[in-house]
Amino acid sequence: MARKLPMYKAISEAIAQEMEKDNSVFVMGEDIGTYGGIFGATTGLLQKFGPERIKDTPISESAFIGGVLGAASKGMRPIAELMFVDFFGVAMDQIYNHIAKAHYMSNGHVKMPIVIMTAIGGGYGDAAQHSQCLYSLFAHVPGLKIVIPSNSYDAKGLMTAAIRDNNPVMYFFHKAVMGLGWITPLEDAIKEVPEEPYTVPIGKAKVVREGSDVTITTVAKMVYEALWAAKELEKEGISAEVIDLRSLVPLDKETILNSVKKTGRLLVVDEDYKSYGMSGEVITTVSENTGNSLKTLSKRLTYPDIPIPYSRALEKFALPDKEKIIKNVKEMLR
Amino acid sequence: MAEISNEILLSMYKTMYKIRTYEETLGSIYYEGKSPAFDISAGPIPGELHLSSGQEAAAVGICMHLKSEDAVVGTHRAHHFAIAKGVDLKEMTAEIFGKTTGLSSGKGGHMHLFDANVNFSCSGIVGASFPQATGVGIAAKIQGKDYVAVAVGGDGAANQGTFHESLNLAALWKLPVIFVIEDNSWAISVEKDKSTSVGKNSERAKAYGIPGVYVDGEDVIAVYEVAKEAVERARRGEGPSLIEVKVYRFRGHFEGDPQLYRPKEDLEEAKAKDPIKKLEKQLINIEIIKEEELKKMQDEIKIEIEEAIEFARQSPYPEPQEALENVFVS
Repeated sequence: MARKLPMYKAISEAIAQEMEKDNSVFVMGEDIGTYGGIFGATTGLLQKFGPERIKDTPISESAFIGGVLGAASKGMRPIAELMFVDFFGVAMDQIYNHIAKAHYMSNGHVKMPIVIMTAIGGGYGDAAQHSQCLYSLFAHVPGLKIVIPSNSYDAKGLMTAAIRDNNPVMYFFHKAVMGLGWITPLEDAIKEVPEEPYTVPIGKAKVVREGSDVTITTVAKMVYEALWAAKELEKEGISAEVIDLRSLVPLDKETILNSVKKTGRLLVVDEDYKSYGMSGEVITTVSENTGNSLKTLSKRLTYPDIPIPYSRALEKFALPDKEKIIKNVKEMLR
Repeated sequence: MAEISNEILLSMYKTMYKIRTYEETLGSIYYEGKSPAFDISAGPIPGELHLSSGQEAAAVGICMHLKSEDAVVGTHRAHHFAIAKGVDLKEMTAEIFGKTTGLSSGKGGHMHLFDANVNFSCSGIVGASFPQATGVGIAAKIQGKDYVAVAVGGDGAANQGTFHESLNLAALWKLPVIFVIEDNSWAISVEKDKSTSVGKNSERAKAYGIPGVYVDGEDVIAVYEVAKEAVERARRGEGPSLIEVKVYRFRGHFEGDPQLYRPKEDLEEAKAKDPIKKLEKQLINIEIIKEEELKKMQDEIKIEIEEAIEFARQSPYPEPQEALENVFVS
């Protein structure tokens, strides 16, 4: 049986089902117990599983992020939530020097079946330290899988897959697609979600709209901006294909390349910063594999290389959106 | 109390009253445009808003001893320290409204207020203030100046590594830093006794060989006296102190926080421990001020706040392309 669920409930349902099945799964983080997670991703779990398995932590990120490594080394399958991706600075050493590397450095003797989840994204006036995406920062480090669901169906399937994966998985949820009460909900992100457990494979992108003139590749909230743009472009006779990458590591090169070979044009839309990130990676991947066979130069529409400004006027200017996507696509087809 | 002049008492009252009125005013403006459906991005003040009502005495009792060259590094909940430190109220308000006349022309916002004129800054990252204030202390020492730095954090922030690392470093190098923990009992939804291994963070000072004092934030005079000693000690070059102030958070962690985690009695207890009402009674009882004079003073403060709000409302938004400026020094 499937029913419509907002993404935050789909995530907590995935966690609950894996916890019922597997005693080694537990959750740690700030405000994940009584509050149910600031973004609702652990809603109802404390009531169901109690404080031994649903652990509200002090604001001691290096302790509980390093803590999931220790617990994983003894056969647990920990999930940690670190509220906003912007807050990772203090715990970064445990992630990029230890969790990401333990399996490799031990030549496979130490497994890290860890999920670290966090909120990303702006557009609601929360300024430079609460609005970033930063997934590219983590994707840069070898040893971390990176998933970014854009809707509740993928969210549940990717969470289940992440918990069952024997590698560390960073799980990013965009606030605007979570279906929360305090940001105008994005109805399209609220999908039919099966009650029974299922997985969405990590490393598999999804063509969410087929088209023939241009490929728009993106993740998270920007998937909707791209879809809305594609709808408008269609009225003008431009057929845009939209790919929701869903995972950055591993990157589904095959789906991207197949699409670009078909359309001959690539636009990458990214809410993360422009330089040294996802947009560059996707374009390079295409460039390395298709050479000069494209109809036009690939483009990227990203967050500019600036800290996220607070003022509504400034943030709107900087944030990629439907209108900017339309403009970019038209330029490519000119 | 006898040592404190009437002038100082009145000045502290004024600032506390200003902070409270300011916060409660912002607290209602915040909901403009956010109903019937609450949308955090709508209205004149978008994003999160963390108000400091109830915590005034911590800021005022400490900042009374500071000069403009002394630094205060605040938290995500920093309006009270900003006002007590003398940050320009109009520019601060315009910044919170995202306007071009704001402290940072709308780039910073409510959690990121910077006023270099009075050496005030704050941050949205928990525990970020401690090392930064420690660095101000390092500069004071190298420069041979007697300015001091105040680092502010909540009781939740005292469980960050930055707190412990900074206490050790400041103690080791005898830096002129005053570490202030505002104990409002809640790290968002997690109560202090569920997050902190000791009852009082001030006890943690022992581990670093520095003075640690726990003081009642309902009583601004008590805070004032404790802070006096810490600031003087820092100026004399004798090193840092840790002050934990027991305060009450009158409102949610952020505006719109349903506070389902918080027992009703806790909020009632908070409101009963109102530092402003306490000082008001004292001022009237010892006949420092008559009720009608007090009323006049309050009215003047209300006008000042209304003017700041009006200034912010009337100011224009920055030009969109300004978003690209000032990433680097040009």
